[in-house]
Amino acid sequence: MSEHSFLRVENLSVTFPPKDARLGGPVFAVRGVSWTLEKGEILGIVGESGSGKSVSTSAIPSLLPAHAEVTGDIFLEGKQLVGLPKEDIRSFRGRRIGMIFQEPGRSYDPLQNIGSVFHETLANSRPGISRQESEEEAIRLLTEVGLPQPRERLGNYPHQFSGGQLQRIGIALALAQGCDLLIADEPTTALDVTIQAQIVALLKRIRDDRAISILFISHNIDLVATISDRILVMYGGLVMEEGPTRQVLASPAHPYTTALLAAAPRFDSHYSTSPLLSIPGKVPDPSRPLPGCPFAPRCSRVMSGCRTELPPLRWGPQEADESLARSWRCVFDREEVRL
Amino acid sequence: MIFVEPLVRVEGLTKKFNLEAGFFARFGKFVHAVNDLSFTIGKGETYALVGESGCGKTTTARLIVRMYERDAGTIFFGRDTDVGLLRGRDLRSYREKVKYVFQDPARSLNPRMSVYNVLTSGYRWSSRWPGARRAREEAALILEEVGLAPSDLDRRPADFSGGQRQRISIARSLLMQPELLICDEVVSALDVSIQGQILNLLQDIREKRGLSILFIAHDLKVASYFCDRIGVMYRGELMEEGRAQDLYRNHGHPYTQLLFASATGGAEEAPNSVTTPQRNSAHGCAFAHRCPLADNSCYAQRPEWKNIGDDHFIRCHKR
Repeated sequence: MSEHSFLRVENLSVTFPPKDARLGGPVFAVRGVSWTLEKGEILGIVGESGSGKSVSTSAIPSLLPAHAEVTGDIFLEGKQLVGLPKEDIRSFRGRRIGMIFQEPGRSYDPLQNIGSVFHETLANSRPGISRQESEEEAIRLLTEVGLPQPRERLGNYPHQFSGGQLQRIGIALALAQGCDLLIADEPTTALDVTIQAQIVALLKRIRDDRAISILFISHNIDLVATISDRILVMYGGLVMEEGPTRQVLASPAHPYTTALLAAAPRFDSHYSTSPLLSIPGKVPDPSRPLPGCPFAPRCSRVMSGCRTELPPLRWGPQEADESLARSWRCVFDREEVRL
Repeated sequence: MIFVEPLVRVEGLTKKFNLEAGFFARFGKFVHAVNDLSFTIGKGETYALVGESGCGKTTTARLIVRMYERDAGTIFFGRDTDVGLLRGRDLRSYREKVKYVFQDPARSLNPRMSVYNVLTSGYRWSSRWPGARRAREEAALILEEVGLAPSDLDRRPADFSGGQRQRISIARSLLMQPELLICDEVVSALDVSIQGQILNLLQDIREKRGLSILFIAHDLKVASYFCDRIGVMYRGELMEEGRAQDLYRNHGHPYTQLLFASATGGAEEAPNSVTTPQRNSAHGCAFAHRCPLADNSCYAQRPEWKNIGDDHFIRCHKR
């Protein structure tokens, strides 16, 4: 873990206290996660619903509801983001940190045309920008993300675009103020598989052209594998495993990662030849975290200690290149994990 | 053909929707949701319809259960029942044999009803209704079959997780001993670790009961794993049909190629210039406007449905 990483998250926890005591206890959405992101790197975060992947990344531009309790540290190029006053964090949103969201159709005002959305966005960092200038800038950005005939389409409203086109516009808007960190929270989940592949290819090209860092969040481990340099597997508000994408997929160190990979059908498997390995049980409830490993109730290799005590974070062999480092949270060593 | 005896035979099925609705709607502009579609589902077979959103998969399923009325073509069920002509009691008993499982279990179960009521509210009106006490026993047995407990009968859908709710949904469809199950995106709203449980459950049930399944999916990996044959749909037409086990490495149609390349992460970044021109008739190939191989003949003439061997059919001039 480098002191000089572009983005460093340390021991981040997010808790949502109940609005009303009768509604039950607090929800422990994120329970102490640490990771780093280098410049020009794509970090993929994988997890099922309730694993804390979205909550932990929404904490970076402080987009969580006001009653969320955030502890720990987030350093963007050495500047602490946790606990910053509202006015200060605003100067980061858009200018340093861009965000694209899951459902492109729902993240626009249906009554505002695209040209005006760009004008508003650009005026945030350049007050007093003229309509003409913002249009030129919007056309340049829309060409960069591959929207055909951008000049003609600036007057169009969101319903006149397809889902894939809206997501391209979303990416252009995120880039409009020259951010160097892009947070993509399930950007392709609502899109068709052919469009999904186009958006992934577009994000990769933008990373290469602009040398920005991307946090790519998804529940689909295969999709994350196609885009990310490193991968982070979350479960029950904790990081279960982290490492270079190719190595993690080839030899997972955590039983959860192994099970997750085995549970998804692949093209060379068929029900008549190989039954699907299914993970028994259900996803943990974040309002009732277990004292031990969150995966223990579903793990096929569980031992008595797993249920009572949180397994320590283990580290793979020291690598000269820090981006090749691997870590996982399990009582087993990497070589021992075979399900 | 792997399955000799067909259970469902769809021939030349066509459904178009008027683009405008309401009292002042102009007539004459149509969306051809399903366009001259033909396929069969064998007894005990799992047949998948895959394709992008808007290609007509769900419309086809709804036509089969008569939620929509067809515009042309026929659907035969069993030996020679023409589904489109069924009325009254016959239609009701047909609908007991064909059951629909919906995508989102959170939205397809009434939150105010107990699980027992969810399971039996349709059964109550069936000619086979065995009386409340016997029905409760049957419901309890079905719940055990799908991996829930008989004591869950008196709980409500909100007490269950997403995977468990999908089990309730499946139990509801099984109660009347159907012959065909229509599974419309049944696993796409579920977490990956839960998805496997539901797929394995459906596979067990299918084997035990000899059910046929129409499996609608957009996830090619799930369809390739779970089904016997796959039909690839594009804009209301079948583009290619083949055995699920090897369609991923042995496909001929450029559209199938695009789908599989996208799913494996091998597709390149094409500029998003895909427009869908209005089509009023069956002239030309539906995919021609996106096809890298298209020439004049593709726009002028609709390709034939060709058998290229081994249960493998394709609709393309170039292959």
